[in-house]
Amino acid sequence: MSAPRQVNPAAAAELFIIQDQIHEPMHDRFLWGAMQRRHAEAAAIPEWEELREIASKIKEHTLTHLDHYLEEFEANATKRGAHVHWAVDATDHNQIVYSILQGHSVKELIKSKSMLQEECQMTPFLEHRGIKVIESDLGERIQQLDDQPPSHIVFPAIHKTRQDVAQLFARTIGTDPNNDDPHFLTEVMRNNARPRFLAAGAGMTGGNFAIAETGTFMVCTNEGNADIGAAVPPLHIASMGIEKMIPRVEDMGVFLRLLARSAEGAPLTQYSSHYTGPRKGGELHIVLVDNGRSRRLGMPDFWHSLKCIRCGACMNTCPVYRRSGGLAYGATYSGPIGVILDPTFDEFKYSELPFHSSLCGSCSEVCPVKIDISDQILKWRRVMAEKGYLPLAKRLSFAVAGHVFAHPAEYQLVEKAAEPAMSYAPHFLMYNHTLNPWIRDRELPRPAKQSFREWYLANRSEHGNVQQ
Amino acid sequence: MTTQPTRAIRGRAPNTMKVGLFIPCYIDLIYPEVGIATLQLLERFGLDVGFPLNQTCCGQPMSNSGDEKNAAAAEHLFIENFKGYDCIVGPAGSCVKQVRCHYDRLEQTEEVKHVRQHTYELVEFLHDVLKVESFPWAEFPHSVAIHNSCSSLRGLRIASTSEIMEAPFDKTLTLLSKVKDIVVVPVDRPDDCCGFGGTFCVTDEAVSARMGIEKAHDHVRHGAEYVVSPDMSCLMHQQGIARRAGLDLKYIHVAQVLNGGPY
Amino acid sequence: MEMSNSNRETILRSIRANLPSTGVQHPGIRDFGRPAGALKAMFEQRLKEAGGAAHDVGSVAEAASKLRLLHPDAKVICSAVPEIAGTRRVEKVRDPHELADVDVGVVRAQFGVAESGAVWLTQEELVVDALGFLSQHLIVLLDPKQIVPDMHAAYRRVRLAETAFGCFMMGPSATADVEATLVHGAQGARTLNLFFL
Repeated sequence: MSAPRQVNPAAAAELFIIQDQIHEPMHDRFLWGAMQRRHAEAAAIPEWEELREIASKIKEHTLTHLDHYLEEFEANATKRGAHVHWAVDATDHNQIVYSILQGHSVKELIKSKSMLQEECQMTPFLEHRGIKVIESDLGERIQQLDDQPPSHIVFPAIHKTRQDVAQLFARTIGTDPNNDDPHFLTEVMRNNARPRFLAAGAGMTGGNFAIAETGTFMVCTNEGNADIGAAVPPLHIASMGIEKMIPRVEDMGVFLRLLARSAEGAPLTQYSSHYTGPRKGGELHIVLVDNGRSRRLGMPDFWHSLKCIRCGACMNTCPVYRRSGGLAYGATYSGPIGVILDPTFDEFKYSELPFHSSLCGSCSEVCPVKIDISDQILKWRRVMAEKGYLPLAKRLSFAVAGHVFAHPAEYQLVEKAAEPAMSYAPHFLMYNHTLNPWIRDRELPRPAKQSFREWYLANRSEHGNVQQ
Repeated sequence: MTTQPTRAIRGRAPNTMKVGLFIPCYIDLIYPEVGIATLQLLERFGLDVGFPLNQTCCGQPMSNSGDEKNAAAAEHLFIENFKGYDCIVGPAGSCVKQVRCHYDRLEQTEEVKHVRQHTYELVEFLHDVLKVESFPWAEFPHSVAIHNSCSSLRGLRIASTSEIMEAPFDKTLTLLSKVKDIVVVPVDRPDDCCGFGGTFCVTDEAVSARMGIEKAHDHVRHGAEYVVSPDMSCLMHQQGIARRAGLDLKYIHVAQVLNGGPY
Repeated sequence: MEMSNSNRETILRSIRANLPSTGVQHPGIRDFGRPAGALKAMFEQRLKEAGGAAHDVGSVAEAASKLRLLHPDAKVICSAVPEIAGTRRVEKVRDPHELADVDVGVVRAQFGVAESGAVWLTQEELVVDALGFLSQHLIVLLDPKQIVPDMHAAYRRVRLAETAFGCFMMGPSATADVEATLVHGAQGARTLNLFFL
């Protein structure tokens, strides 16, 4: 049995699947559709696979020279008038943001989507200290109103039906619960958010990329909400992980051609915005955040996860994610990238995640920066096994299996015993759902009357091919 | 026997090679007809095929669970059993992938390197090494859906995948299309995982079952009578699901079709 | 900030201690080569796919009347371009909040990108950045000769160090957050009409 602190993704996924015949099939269908669009866009670029390789190598180059590029970025951003801060961990980040807001007497902050800010749990930190925080991205706002974290890094509420959203808006904003037309719901959000943009004392964004050469950071959205947040309130705060660094302006061409195609099958997001220093009459603060990234850089098996550009393609392609929903992972980052990142935040809590995968390998093939996600999932399994985090039943059965498979005589004995055993085993044992999960949805295979080995000995050994 | 251009291995033409037959545990115990078909098929090409009786397992179930310690002994035994052969052929993509890709954890002695580099999955071997042009003894007048396992696809690249932008190819299809009267049907999601994943199918049972039933429905939707695969482990899972759901699908290994039996 | 300085040193130190032992060289980006022809047609098609629309406009007068046709009920037309007068000049705007009531914003883009149908707009063209995002609708003027093939070419043209804000804007605002159903006009412009002028 798992200790209470351990996340159990298999159990959570089961709940997602069995809740009804609507949610999981819809979730799977939408994300499969996003993948088909991704394939179509990628197929139209003859140099697609080469772009992936270049992007991967640019990221590896940057990460293996990260200190140099961070310093270059800071110098150039500062030269252009931005204030650059450094946060060692999540608490640091939240504290820095809070003191900037405090220093400007900000009571209300409007923000665009940021996985980093989610990771740092910034919103509860600020709200605890009397600052109202409003998500402006539609999907994030839906999740915020529902007191849930985002379930997907690009489509935060993709696990919800339109009825779910209509009910939620009715409960929290007072709209008609029976109007579930997405156009109506989007308009509701638009009219709800606009006054907040106009009233907010500060706008906060994340950063998709940071360009060392010019001290620029980039934010990609479809709604334009990041841009409103940066263009209207007098104060703009942007925070991002230190791994978002890119060396040169020219490099952005590669990443932008890959990002939206991978994420949603579009050539770009509607808005790809570049901020270099504060706007006319505005003030800009940039917070560079470590929170375990430099430590991850020192992990030979796992540092490639830092190349991630947060496109979400691995989630869309993952057959397990599509049927689990992102909330089943119990972490900021879900899906395949979550499986390899989350144990670096809490190894024990997320020790089951690496087993929530069939190791199909599709994620590695769609990753625009060629992270060896599937290989890293297997490597995390080794870590969990060594640390003794494997569930007890598995540990015992594999010790036995390991012994048997190493000793041919015993293996052959087990083989001989298995067939009769399965034929005579009590029905309840074989068909007990707890003791034999195979049987919940599958018929058991029947061992053959004569194994291959027995057939071979009877039919071939006289040809002298037998090795003893 | 057809004379066909073949690839020499270690400087030896295929019909002078000693081939070691690798039969995974579940084929040995549950699907021996697949082993028989594989052996008979290889013998039809005049190959000298041996079957080491002391083989047990490639180590994948333990290794895939991260249990390197318990995998290691089985892996060493595999090397011991097969080191004396020029090449090793097994009718199982995931097991062959284990040997070629994941035996990098063992000390890379000459023997280990040799076994790793010369272990082939059956479709690969027929397509790339023997370059088989025809199967005159075989006929299969049925509609068939091909299932290439994730290991075969992304580990061994026996077919192109939808994720990678490349010219499409499918070695399983190439071989099967040489069988008289066979009708291969397209499917909606040819390379979406079926949900077997080894121990995954019991540790993550609900998700695995969903993946499996979707796969079965895809095959039914396209009118397949048979599902044919180079990987019996996936089919074992799909067959269990289809039977429970009362779906009229039959599951056989590619070796059985190419050899003309046994069924 | 003193805290930030010591944080900075802590982080840089930690990075240096953890740098992977083998540095990786920058791979360089080769020239992928691009057919020069048909850029305008490609641009128009992609803009349409992104939810925008392109119009060939013969003269300034035609532009003005087309604007009236597209937005007959517009009360506040805020223009950043000399070709269209509008009802309010953006140069007169002191505070972005003043743009909250703008029905139609009129701007000129520096150039377009054929591969995506996006246009490049900077603080210099927008004058007040918020014009591009608070306006309910946008009219974008673009010289049809100023279309580059792809993002590589685009990044050779932009001058990021010389402008506080630059945006590749591809069509109007959009979202697919509810049941993956595409909706235009999420937060920014509801429509984007581009005039080749």
